[in-house]
Amino acid sequence: MSAVELGMPRVGFFTDTSVCIGCKACEVACKEWNVVPAKGALDLTGESFDNTSELSADSWRHVAFIEQQVQTPTETGSAEGVRWLMSSDVCKHCTHSACLDVCPTGSLFRTEFGTVVVQQDICNGCGYCVSACPYGVIAQREDDGRVFKCTMCYDRLKVGSEPACAQACPTQSIQFGDLDELRGRAQARVEELHAAGQDKARLYGESPDDGVGGAGAFFLLLDEPEVYGLPPDPVVTTRDVGAMWRRAGAAAATLLAGVAAAYLTDRG
Amino acid sequence: MSPRRGPQEEFTSYYGRPILKPPTWAPLDIAGYLFAGGLAGASSALAAGAELTGRSALARATRLTALGAIGVSFVALVHDLGRPARFVNMLRVAKPTSPMSMGSWLLSAYAPLVGLAAGAELVPLPVLRRVAPTAGRGAAVLGAGVATYTAVLIGDTAVPTWHDAHRHLPFVFAGSAAASAGGVASALTPLAQSAPARRLAVAAAAAELVATTAMERSGHLSMETLHEGRARTLMTSAKGLTGGGALVLGALGGRYRAAAAVGGLALAAGSVCLRFGIFEAGRESTIDPKYVVQPQREAMRSQAPVA
Repeated sequence: MSAVELGMPRVGFFTDTSVCIGCKACEVACKEWNVVPAKGALDLTGESFDNTSELSADSWRHVAFIEQQVQTPTETGSAEGVRWLMSSDVCKHCTHSACLDVCPTGSLFRTEFGTVVVQQDICNGCGYCVSACPYGVIAQREDDGRVFKCTMCYDRLKVGSEPACAQACPTQSIQFGDLDELRGRAQARVEELHAAGQDKARLYGESPDDGVGGAGAFFLLLDEPEVYGLPPDPVVTTRDVGAMWRRAGAAAATLLAGVAAAYLTDRG
Repeated sequence: MSPRRGPQEEFTSYYGRPILKPPTWAPLDIAGYLFAGGLAGASSALAAGAELTGRSALARATRLTALGAIGVSFVALVHDLGRPARFVNMLRVAKPTSPMSMGSWLLSAYAPLVGLAAGAELVPLPVLRRVAPTAGRGAAVLGAGVATYTAVLIGDTAVPTWHDAHRHLPFVFAGSAAASAGGVASALTPLAQSAPARRLAVAAAAAELVATTAMERSGHLSMETLHEGRARTLMTSAKGLTGGGALVLGALGGRYRAAAAVGGLALAAGSVCLRFGIFEAGRESTIDPKYVVQPQREAMRSQAPVA
């Protein structure tokens, strides 16, 4: 049963990438608050300012940096310029959450806030959620064996605080709050950007009608989702699980019928 | 400007990085289990038929095969966990949306029945001999589930090749399981009793080849991963071994024990290659973001209202 069905306000993140300045305060605050281990020696990727590279067991916020070559108008015509895109990615806390659906131990669960959290005392490191997540968010910590991801600072929510990343964000690119209210705010913001000529501005993950039933952490992007390393329009794999069980049942029945036939066609 | 990207190159991905995480599962453990679980489940089905028709040598071979294969499966499944000591947490809950949960319960019911049926072959206890037929029939029914639920296990993921194949995989796996079980039983049983195993093996091999071809031709972009790199080698080997094994077993396996053994073991090897090939193709499909982006873009275009 979802938080909304229980009468609890569902909370979430609205990450407005149009005001992200790439400071990575969210990454640092997340690591500090949640005691997430460092990756080890700093690994310079050469991919703009991004040396975190991806969400992982040890990176629950990830700031993507994209440098796009664009023509900018000048007094004499136009010149090559750089358009910076920066976006702080995070677990989407899906309404229809594949990681939670496939977790065989019940370690992943839906909290009273509508978020999705791993209970670390239960996870046995089966890795099923890792392959089920359509965003490549949840991952296994190899020296530990268990899986880790953003909890939306479950402990902070419990005491009425906002998540560490949202609190640390200096530009309010990361906004935390009641999900319905955030959706309204995001809609107004995207219309404002369209009016200002930002044609490619769009919301990502805000619609309850999308393939994951809407994300608890949604985004305002300034380009196609895949530019930021996000899947354009993912569908939760468990949408098809009923059909899969029926096919497997038919295959099992066929197998038994085949074995029976192998004996019944005996001439000896 | 990243050194990895040319100035005019259009963005379709974030520095070519994968969108998905590759499976954490070790191929030897999990592809190995897909094979061993299939071998066990279909062997139990064969064993029940052998018991019902009084073929004691065939019953013995198939019961012991099932026991050995399910034992190996158990070791592989526990070994693959990040926290093996917590394997019993698999039985904390029962969730139909988690094929791994359902599979854990299925194996928990199936394995003891296999143990009872095979126990009668190993330990001369009257009580075991009395319960073995009933246990064996139960194992046959559950075994058919064990042999096919693994298709749902890997289909119910975001791994493009596995998910896209979810309609075909149960039949591919059922065929592969029956071919391997029939093949191993043909190799281990005297000719006088192994005719049903041979018939099953040959028919299942044909069914598996048909189902695999249908899967490969299903039109999904991700199916090309079955024809690239290591998966290609494995899938080609699987077809050769399955087709060749079925021919040898069908043509000569009824007359020559050696031919039955060679053909039967080739079928088992073909099943191994098929499982590892599908596993490897799935892993590859998580690496290249095009298997995520392109199909989702196409789905969006086909659903978009006509302007």
